[in-house]
Amino acid sequence: MGILVDSAIMIGSMLIFFVGGWVWFVRKIFRDYEVHNTLVQLFFPMIFMLSCAMFELIIFEIAAVLESGSRYLYWQVVLYLMLVMLILVIPFYLCHCIISNIRMVRREWVNLLAMVTWGGFMMCFWKIGDPFPILSPQHGILSIEQSISRIGVIGVTVMASLSGFGAVNYPYTSMNIFMRPVTKQDIQAQERRLMQTLDVIVNKKKRVALAERERGITKDGGSSGSGSRLWGLLRSVTTSSPQGESLAAIKQEVAALEELSRQLFLESVELQNQRERLEWAHTFQGRFFNFMGYFFSIYCSWKIFISLVNIVFDRVGRKDPVTKGMEIAVHWLGFDIDVQFWSQHTSFFLVGCIIVTSIRGFILTLTRFFYAVSSSKSSNIIVLVLAQLMGMYFVSMVMLMRMNMPLEYRTIITQVLGDLQFHFYHRWFDVIFLVSALTTMGILYLAHKQVNTSDKTESFYEPKW
Amino acid sequence: MANHANAMSKVKILVVGDSGVGKSSLVHLMCHGEALSNSSWTIGCSIEVRVHEYREGTPSQKPYFIELWDVGGSNSHKNARHVFYNPVHGIILVHDLTNRKSQLNLRRWLAEVLLREGSGSKARTPLVEDFDAEQFGGFSQLPVFVVGTKQDQISEYRTSGRVRSCSLADECSADEIYVNSHDQRSLAPGSSNAVKLSRFFDKVIERQQTTTTTTARTDTGYSYLERENSMYRRNKSTSAFISMG
Repeated sequence: MGILVDSAIMIGSMLIFFVGGWVWFVRKIFRDYEVHNTLVQLFFPMIFMLSCAMFELIIFEIAAVLESGSRYLYWQVVLYLMLVMLILVIPFYLCHCIISNIRMVRREWVNLLAMVTWGGFMMCFWKIGDPFPILSPQHGILSIEQSISRIGVIGVTVMASLSGFGAVNYPYTSMNIFMRPVTKQDIQAQERRLMQTLDVIVNKKKRVALAERERGITKDGGSSGSGSRLWGLLRSVTTSSPQGESLAAIKQEVAALEELSRQLFLESVELQNQRERLEWAHTFQGRFFNFMGYFFSIYCSWKIFISLVNIVFDRVGRKDPVTKGMEIAVHWLGFDIDVQFWSQHTSFFLVGCIIVTSIRGFILTLTRFFYAVSSSKSSNIIVLVLAQLMGMYFVSMVMLMRMNMPLEYRTIITQVLGDLQFHFYHRWFDVIFLVSALTTMGILYLAHKQVNTSDKTESFYEPKW
Repeated sequence: MANHANAMSKVKILVVGDSGVGKSSLVHLMCHGEALSNSSWTIGCSIEVRVHEYREGTPSQKPYFIELWDVGGSNSHKNARHVFYNPVHGIILVHDLTNRKSQLNLRRWLAEVLLREGSGSKARTPLVEDFDAEQFGGFSQLPVFVVGTKQDQISEYRTSGRVRSCSLADECSADEIYVNSHDQRSLAPGSSNAVKLSRFFDKVIERQQTTTTTTARTDTGYSYLERENSMYRRNKSTSAFISMG
C-alpha cells in the first residue's frame, strides 16, 4: 500500500516536471522555429524531468518523505533512465542529425554513418576515464560506476567553467566602474560614418549596374544576324577591356567598402549596448545589482583564493557547511540547540536554495545561449547538445551536492551512485574553476583595454564639427 | 557615365525578415538573375541595385534605380538597425515557408520598421506586439510585398500540398509570391512572380513620386511614422489619406 502511494506521488511529480519542461521548451527556447521533429522535442523535457526528479528525491531524503525502500527504488529507476538517455539515445540521435545536415551525404548512408560515428563517440567516452584516477580497481566493466564517473568528469568541467565565468562576469557587467561613458554624439557620429559608407557603396553599385545594363543592351542590339554577331564579338573584345577593367576595380572597391561597413555597424551595435547598460545602471534594479556586485566580487575573490589553497595544500574531507555551522553555534557561541532537528531543517533549506537557484540560473543561461547561437539549420542539433549538457550538468551537481549535506543524508547518494572517488571531483572542480575564472579575467581585461584605447585614438582624429 | 548615374531617380526598398529565411539569396536572385552560391549571415545591411523600367511598354517608360537594402535579421543587432529604416519607400517582407514562426514574426518586423523602436535617443514608443493592420493602413500607404522562400523544401515537411497564405498580406493588401531562391525560373521574366514583382516596383515608384513634392524633413531623429502622423494631422479635413501635390 505504501509503495502505491509513493509511486503515485513520484509519477505525478514527474509528469508535472515533464509538462513544465515542455512548456519552457516550446515557449521560450524554440519560439522562433517550427518543430518538425517531435522526437527531439520529446528528449529535452524528458531530461529536464529526470533531473528534477533526482533533486526531488534528494529533498525527500532530507525531509524523510516516502519510505526509504521506495526512495532507493526510484533512485535506481531515475538513474538508469538518465544513463540510458545520456549515453545511448541522445548521442546516437545527435550523430544522426549532424550527418543528415551535411549535404554531401546520400540518404542510404546516413544510418550507417550515424552508427559508425556513435561507435566512435563511445570509444572517446570510454577513453576519458583513463587519465583520471576516478575508479577503484574492483569495479567491473559494465557497472554503473563506470558510466557515472565519466559523466561526472564532463559535467563537473561544464559546471566549473560556467561558475568561473559567471563569478567574474557578474561583477564586470553589473558594477558601474566598468562601464564606459557613451554620449549621444558618439552614437550619432558613428551612424553618420556608417551611412556615408553605405552611400558610397550604393553609388558604385549604381555605376556597375548601369554599365552592365548598357553592355546587355548593346549585346542584344547586335545579335541580329551572324555577321553582326561576329562584329559584336570583336567589339566586345576590343572595347570592353578598359570598361571591364574599371568595372572589376570598382567591384573590388565595393567589396572592401562592404567589409568596412560591417565593421562600422558592429561598432555601432557595441555603442548601443553600452548606452543601454548605462541606462539600466540608473534604474533601481541596476543600482541594486551594482551594490550586490561589490559583495559578489569579494565572494568571488575569496572563492578563487580558497580554490588555490585547496589545490596547493591538497585539503581533503571538508565538512559540510551545515555541520560546521552547528559546531560553531554550539561550541563557540554557546547556543543550546537540538542539533538533530536544526541540522535537518537547515540542510533542507540550504540544499533547496542551491537546487532552485542552480536550476533557474542554468535555465536562463541555456535560453540566452540558444538565442545567441542557434539558426534555422542547426536548431535541432543545438537542442540535443543542450539536453545532453543539461543531463550531465545535473548529474554532477547531485554528485557535488553530497559535500553540502550532513553525513546521515550522504549515504543514499553514495549508495546509489556507487563508491566513487568523490574527493577527486571536488579537486577537479577547483582546478577548472580557477582556470576558467582566470581566463575570463584575462579576456575581459584585454577586451576592456582594447576598447578604451580605440576610443581614445578615434576621439583624437575626429574632426570637431 | 557618372553623370548619368546621378541623373537617374532612385527608390529605396527594405528587405526584412527573420534570420536565415533567405533574404540575401532572394536579393541576389532579383538583381543578378542567378542563385547565390556562398550564403552567410548578413551583418548590418547589404545593398544591391537593380535598374527597373518604370511603366515598361508604354510611351512614358523610364529607367529607375531600385536600391534593395537587405537588413540582417539577427536579434543581437536589433538596437542599431534603425539607422537603415529612414527614409524608405517600400518594404519586402520575407518569410520561410518551412518555418511557420517566421511568418508570424512578420508583424513584429513591420512594427519595427514603421515605429523605429530600436532608436532609444528619444522617448521609446511602446512595443506593439500585435500590430494592428488597420493602424498600418491608416498611417501609411507604404507599399508592402510578401515573399515566401524555400518553396522547394516544403514537400519534406508538409503532407498537405497547400500552404496557408500570410494573413498579414491580406490585411495590408499586399501581393504575395513563393520562390525558390536557388532556381532562376522562380523570377524568370514573364512568369507571374516577376510580373507581380515589377507591379510592386511600379507602385513604389509612384508612391515615391507623390511624396517628393512635399517638403521632406531630413532625418533629425523623427521616425517615419511621426512624419506621416503630422502630415495626416495637417489634412484631417479629408477622411481618406490624400496624396500631396
